Amino acid sequence: MTGWERFTDSFFNARVMAQYLPKIIDGFGLTVVLALCIIAAGLALGLLLALVRTFSIRPLNWLIIFVVDLFRALPPLVIIVLLYFGLPNAGVELSGFVASWLALTLVLMAFSEEIFWAGITSVAKGQWEAARSTGLGFVQTLGFVVLPQALRITIPPLTNRTIAITKGTALASVVAVPDILGAANAGVSFSFNPSPLTLGAIAYLVLFFPVVVLGRWIETRFAWKR
Amino acid sequence: MSTTTGRAPIVEARDIHKHFGHLHVLKGVDLRVVEKELVFLIGPSGSGKSTLLRCLNRLEEPSSGSVTVDGIDMLDPKTDINKARQRIGMVFQSFNLYPHMTALGNVMLALRKVLGLGRAEAEAKAQAALDRVHLADRADHYPLQLSGGQQQRVAIARAIALEPRVMLFDEPTSALDPELVGGVLAVMRELREDGMTMVVVSHEMGFAKAAADRVVFMADGMIVESGLPAEIFADPKHERTRAFISQIERH
Ligand SMILES: Nc1ncnc2c1ncn2[C@@H]1O[C@H](COP(=O)(O)OP(=O)(O)OP(=O)(O)O)[C@@H](O)[C@H]1O
Ligand SMILES: [Mg+2]
Repeated sequence: MTGWERFTDSFFNARVMAQYLPKIIDGFGLTVVLALCIIAAGLALGLLLALVRTFSIRPLNWLIIFVVDLFRALPPLVIIVLLYFGLPNAGVELSGFVASWLALTLVLMAFSEEIFWAGITSVAKGQWEAARSTGLGFVQTLGFVVLPQALRITIPPLTNRTIAITKGTALASVVAVPDILGAANAGVSFSFNPSPLTLGAIAYLVLFFPVVVLGRWIETRFAWKR
Repeated sequence: MSTTTGRAPIVEARDIHKHFGHLHVLKGVDLRVVEKELVFLIGPSGSGKSTLLRCLNRLEEPSSGSVTVDGIDMLDPKTDINKARQRIGMVFQSFNLYPHMTALGNVMLALRKVLGLGRAEAEAKAQAALDRVHLADRADHYPLQLSGGQQQRVAIARAIALEPRVMLFDEPTSALDPELVGGVLAVMRELREDGMTMVVVSHEMGFAKAAADRVVFMADGMIVESGLPAEIFADPKHERTRAFISQIERH
C-alpha cells in the first residue's frame, strides 16, 4: 500500500463510512436539537438578565455580574462534568444530554448577557432623553427605542459567540451523549478506522457553515439604512 | 407684543437649585414664561442653561425649588410625569432621532404609545406635523438619509405632534452647518407666529433680536438680568452681560 492509499483507506474508507453513516445522522439530529435548545434558552436568559440589569437594582445587579463572571470564567467542560458527575452526590441525577444543555446554556447566558448589556449601554443617552421627553415610560423607551438599536449592534458579536458556544456541544460526547462527535468516536472504536471522524467533521461543516453565512447575512441586513 | 402681564403663566420655576455632587450648578433660579411668550436664554458655557431647561421637564431632578408647567406641579411625586411631559416638547442640540425609524415613525411613536392613537389617526397627525416643518415629502426617509437641518426639523415635528403647551429648545442649531441653520430658525419662527410658547437656549443673536419677547442672561447658575432684546443687547445693566454680549457679537 502506498502512503496515499493508506491515507484514503484510513480517512475515506467507503465501507466504514457507509456502515456508520446512519449513526452519524442520528448524532447530527441530536446535535441540532441540543444546539437549538442551548441557543433558545441561553439567549433568552442572557437577554432577560441584561434587561433586569437596566433597572439598576443594586444587589440584584451585583448578583447578575457575579453569576455572569462565574460562567464566563469556568471552562464549559468543567461545568458539564460538575453537573453530570458532581450533582448525583447531591441527589440530583441529570442525563448527559440535560447536563450538557444546562452547562452550555449557562455559558451562553453569561456571554450573551454581557453582549446585550454592552449593546444597551452603547445606545446614546440622548435616545433615552428624547423618548422620555415625549412622555414614553422607561419600559416603553427600552422596548421601542433602545432595544431595537442595541440588538442591531449586538448581532455580529452575538452570532460569533453563539456559534463558538454551540460548537461546544461536541463536549457532550464526554458524558456519553451520542451527538455527532459521540457517534463518530464510537464508530472509530468499533471499526478501528478513523473514517467516521471524517464523516463527523463533514457533519459539523454542514451544520455550522450555513449558520456562519446566515450570521453574515443578518449583519448586512440590519445595517442602518443610508 | 412684549406686554406679558395678564397672560397665564405656562412655566413657573421658583428658586431652583441643582447640585451635581458638590458642584452647585443652579443657585436659586426663578423663571416665569407666560402664554405665547418666547424667552431667549443666553449665557456662557457651563452657566447652567441646559440644566435649567432639563429641570423644567424633569429630565434632571432639581435639588430644591418648584416647577409648575401648565398648572401641573412637575416635582410632586403624585404627578404622572409621562403624562405631564406630553405638554412640554423638547428639541436637543444633537437631534436624537431614532435611527431605526423613518421620519414618520419617529413622529408617530409617541402618538401611538403615549396618546394611544390608532394607526391611521397617528399617521395623519404625524404627517401633518411633518408638513408644518416642510418635510412632508421626506416622511419615509430614515434619519441617516436626511441632512442635519432636516433631522432637526423632524425632531421639532416629533415634539409638536403631541400638541405641547410649551416647547424647549436647547441649542437647536449649534450642531448644524451654517447653511442649514436658516431652515430650522424659519420653522421656529412659524411656530412662534402660530402662538407657541417657547424657551430657547441659543447663540443665534439675530434670531433673538427678531423673535424673542424677552432675553434672560444667566451666569454661574444664576439669572443676572432679563429684559427686552433691545435692552439686553443695546444697553445691558450688568458688566457680566455687557462682556458676554460684546464677546458674542465679535464672532
Ligand atoms: N450630569 C451631570 N453631572 C455632573 N455635572 C454636570 C452634569 N450636567 C451638567 N453638569 C455641569 O453643570 C454645569 C452646567 O452645565 P450646563 O450643561 O447646564 O451648562 P450650559 O449653560 O448648558 O453650557 P453650554 O453652553 O456649554 O451648553 C457644568 O459645569 C457642567 O459640567
Ligand atoms: Mg448646554
